[in-house]
Amino acid sequence: MSANIRKLIVQVDETRKEMGQAINPPTRRAVAMAVIENPYAGRYSESLDDLIAIGEELGALLGEKCVKALGIAPGQAQSYGKAAIVGEAGELEHAAAILHPKLGAPLRAAVEKGAALVPSAKKRGTLGTAIDVPLGHKDAAFVRSHFDAIEARVSDAPRANEIVVAVAVTDSGRPLPRIGGLQASEIKGEDGLR
Amino acid sequence: MIDIRRVFTQVEHIHHEFGPRAATPLVRGAIGAVLTNPFAGRYEADILPMMTLLDPVGVDMAHRLRAAMDVPVERIATYGKGAIVGAAGEQEHGALWHVPGGYAMRELLGWKGDRNAYRQGVAEEKSGQPGNALSIVPSTKKVGAPGTTLDVPLTNINASYVRGQFDSIEVRVPGAPAADEIVFILAMSTGYRVHERVGGLRAENIAKWDGLR
Repeated sequence: MSANIRKLIVQVDETRKEMGQAINPPTRRAVAMAVIENPYAGRYSESLDDLIAIGEELGALLGEKCVKALGIAPGQAQSYGKAAIVGEAGELEHAAAILHPKLGAPLRAAVEKGAALVPSAKKRGTLGTAIDVPLGHKDAAFVRSHFDAIEARVSDAPRANEIVVAVAVTDSGRPLPRIGGLQASEIKGEDGLR
Repeated sequence: MIDIRRVFTQVEHIHHEFGPRAATPLVRGAIGAVLTNPFAGRYEADILPMMTLLDPVGVDMAHRLRAAMDVPVERIATYGKGAIVGAAGEQEHGALWHVPGGYAMRELLGWKGDRNAYRQGVAEEKSGQPGNALSIVPSTKKVGAPGTTLDVPLTNINASYVRGQFDSIEVRVPGAPAADEIVFILAMSTGYRVHERVGGLRAENIAKWDGLR
């Protein structure tokens, strides 16, 4: 089954200056959100296959929306993350079904490669609930300059029988990274960690 | 005086609101520029110099917003604007946005009037359809903390009374405005609410071209 999408929202956050320091080129982070109907709202279902399929669909759709909004080639993406907010008539496992089994592969196709785990967050919430989508380097999770998060929030969602699904993609790390650790220029990008 | 720290864009595609799925989704967009407030922390009597300097900021934001919405100019049917002033500023600082923000969008959408006359508070006589974007650009502004939400009103660009296009978009920039910042906002949409059905003037029936009806 394909997702019954009520709204799609794409945001781009571009930082040109931080603490008086010019950021050149600016750091840019995109987050794409889909508000969908939860096919399992209000009942317990042992199988969550419909949400798993929806996760696969949204991984491609939201990943491509982010890349397009950033105006970059897929290979220029640097970090990513994902999250879901389940409305009150759903359960946390519904978010897990969307995010974990099948969302990753099409998202990785949208950003090229993606050896690293896609960091994630999930919660139950109501209209206007915000979730902090964790961000990590897409090829090497230990790149310290790319540990970050971006807020996702939809003012009129999720209703009780809805789920907000968010995917975030950046073309950069934090604006002024200076706490050391593994640098993006040093990674091998093979094991997803370093 | 003009110091842009961040630019935040948001585009929404609304397919339905629990009614029939729209053949073409409503597209709403907003852009917020986070600027240093040069008047933060004190009372400055003469703030008008900043208004003129904001003109190019508004023009750049209007073009960026249209590009982010990815629709032709001809499909832009409503507009609105707003400002959120950080805690070390005053609401009047946000009011600086009325002229540069409004006229940037109006010029993008085909307005043929004289911006300088408007800046000085002089109205023009209108007859027939002298151009597009005849309506006043509706607005809201407030003083707020980082992450404060602002509901930016949207109304038809040629006739404020087009009822099916009365709308608003909630804008919120996580982390801004800091006390010494201002968020200046522009918003536009492709028109009718997704399930609009409360009657009133339709855009195709605009007849007076006075910005109202």
